[in-house]
Amino acid sequence: MPADAAMAMDERVKTEPFLARLMKRPELGAIGGVILVTIFFLATADSSMFTLSGIMNFLTPAAQLGILGIAAAMLMIGGEFDLSIGSMVAFAGMIFGVLTVNLGLPLILSIPATFVFAALVGAVNGLIVIRSGLPSFIVTLAGLFILRGASLVGLKLFTGGSTQLRGVREAVEGDMLTPLFSGDAFGFFFTWLADIGLIEKFRSGTPKVPGIPVEILWFVLVALVATYVLLRTARGNWIFAAGGDRNAASNSGVPVDKVKIALFMATACAAALVAIITVIDSGSTDARRGFMKEFEAIITAVIGGCLLTGGYGSAIGAFFGAIIFGMVTIGLTYTSFDQDWFQVFLGGMLLIAVLFNNAIRKRVTGER
Amino acid sequence: MTRPLVELIDIEKHFGGIRAVDRVSLDLWPGEVVGVLGHNGAGKSCLMRILSGAMTPSAGEIRVNGSPASFSSPNDARAAGIETIYQTLALADHLDAAANLFLGRELKTRFGNLDDARMLAEARTVLARLNPNFKNLRDPVSSLSGGQRQVIAIARAIYFDTKILIMDEPTAALGPSETAMVADLIRQLRDEGIGIFLVSHDMHDVFELCDRVVVMNKGRLVGAHAIHEVSKDDVLSLIVKGELPADWSARNLMAEAAQ
Repeated sequence: MPADAAMAMDERVKTEPFLARLMKRPELGAIGGVILVTIFFLATADSSMFTLSGIMNFLTPAAQLGILGIAAAMLMIGGEFDLSIGSMVAFAGMIFGVLTVNLGLPLILSIPATFVFAALVGAVNGLIVIRSGLPSFIVTLAGLFILRGASLVGLKLFTGGSTQLRGVREAVEGDMLTPLFSGDAFGFFFTWLADIGLIEKFRSGTPKVPGIPVEILWFVLVALVATYVLLRTARGNWIFAAGGDRNAASNSGVPVDKVKIALFMATACAAALVAIITVIDSGSTDARRGFMKEFEAIITAVIGGCLLTGGYGSAIGAFFGAIIFGMVTIGLTYTSFDQDWFQVFLGGMLLIAVLFNNAIRKRVTGER
Repeated sequence: MTRPLVELIDIEKHFGGIRAVDRVSLDLWPGEVVGVLGHNGAGKSCLMRILSGAMTPSAGEIRVNGSPASFSSPNDARAAGIETIYQTLALADHLDAAANLFLGRELKTRFGNLDDARMLAEARTVLARLNPNFKNLRDPVSSLSGGQRQVIAIARAIYFDTKILIMDEPTAALGPSETAMVADLIRQLRDEGIGIFLVSHDMHDVFELCDRVVVMNKGRLVGAHAIHEVSKDDVLSLIVKGELPADWSARNLMAEAAQ
């Protein structure tokens, strides 16, 4: 029909330019933040911060936090919080340490077992939140203390009184899965880069940057998977819907309870992944592992554009939020500033991010 | 040979000692708009929730096209062709019109990804049929007007081959011109053979749109009348007192007798 054709044309004319659509993305604030922070450190920090080794230096903590932050972002988009993820890192670290050191299990058993434990705890968190209807904030605040305490008690029980469990490195030495969770990847590539003179070498001939720390690869992988799920699958729409208006979502046939419980499980598993990586890396686990990470993860998600009320946000945003975090944490050591400015800086970033994201979101959603 | 789209037979719903719905029987025929009226708490929402699968009845039977059905979730009812449009225009605010239209029943590509292009095209077609002025399909629905949101809700209903539509106060949140648009849509859907339960407090809408009215009072069905049998006062009396005025006789018969 000519009328229909005319309308289709009309629609095409109305299509927004690519840039305008880009301006509406929730991760815009975080990307802008990365640029601002980069400019700040380019101006103030020692030039070695932006060499390859300097970049690896701040991406490593960013990666560990980012894995948690992306999971926290997805959960937040789904309308819930998990304050127990920091403690979950310690708890999963304890479970993993005991399985590998005390029981002497190979990684191929201890890693899946750690994930199963974590997923169970996440499912319990989720079930309590769903069944009781209580805010997840309160339920997981209890989890924060319970898991932290349980890690402490558990560690003392299995080590005979110490709050640190050592010997992980020895236990995993030579395990075929170890390279997946610790050390540097693509070493041959970096050796080659050094050989052709693209990156610096130590006097011994080894490259100054031996490879990409594996946690950075995990970080990128988690960001890609999360973004794929959120934007390209039906599950992603369900997460947005469940967090935006749970009644509307369940009226539309979205299995809201399942979506939320799955998100809690995924968040706990992200904590377990961070636990496994950091425990293998340091060769020991202790009860303070992951301390305060729950808040840092939430900050990451919020800087990344997530709305505290749910239904809005992005995994890519959290990815960049974590990079901002890493740059600020490490970057101050490259400057002449007192490092204790770190928290002031971070709080300031959070505030700016929230104000900025709020303004963008209002433009996008047409709220007044 | 026509038969009712849906029959509710002796439906009961108890909450503790309270009978929210007390042995109610009701049917709906193709191409018919039935107004469901009653005070707040009269049980009409409860009855509609039972039919939409959001609540399970304590006793009674539901038949769809003559065969018994039992719904344990809204998805069951939806699979039987019963769609509900809620008063609050409940949509997922941060998703766009196409995502809302297909929420829970997303179209996928061969690889299991969301087929955004096809969903957008389908949404464009179905929304254009309902309201040619609907253009901003890519915006989050929170930025749309109440009328546009209602159009999306109705589009959800008709896209998925609905036979029975439950509309809970469809015009309560709308302005006058949007109300008129929704009224036109209701007539359009009725003419296509869809049966509609219209839950409403708006007597004007009811008399404008409905073929029959049923009135609930304290959980019981106190009256079921063809619309031309009753006046607004008769219906008000049923709503308030639970019975017709003492001197009532069918309005259309009176009119015939007077001639």
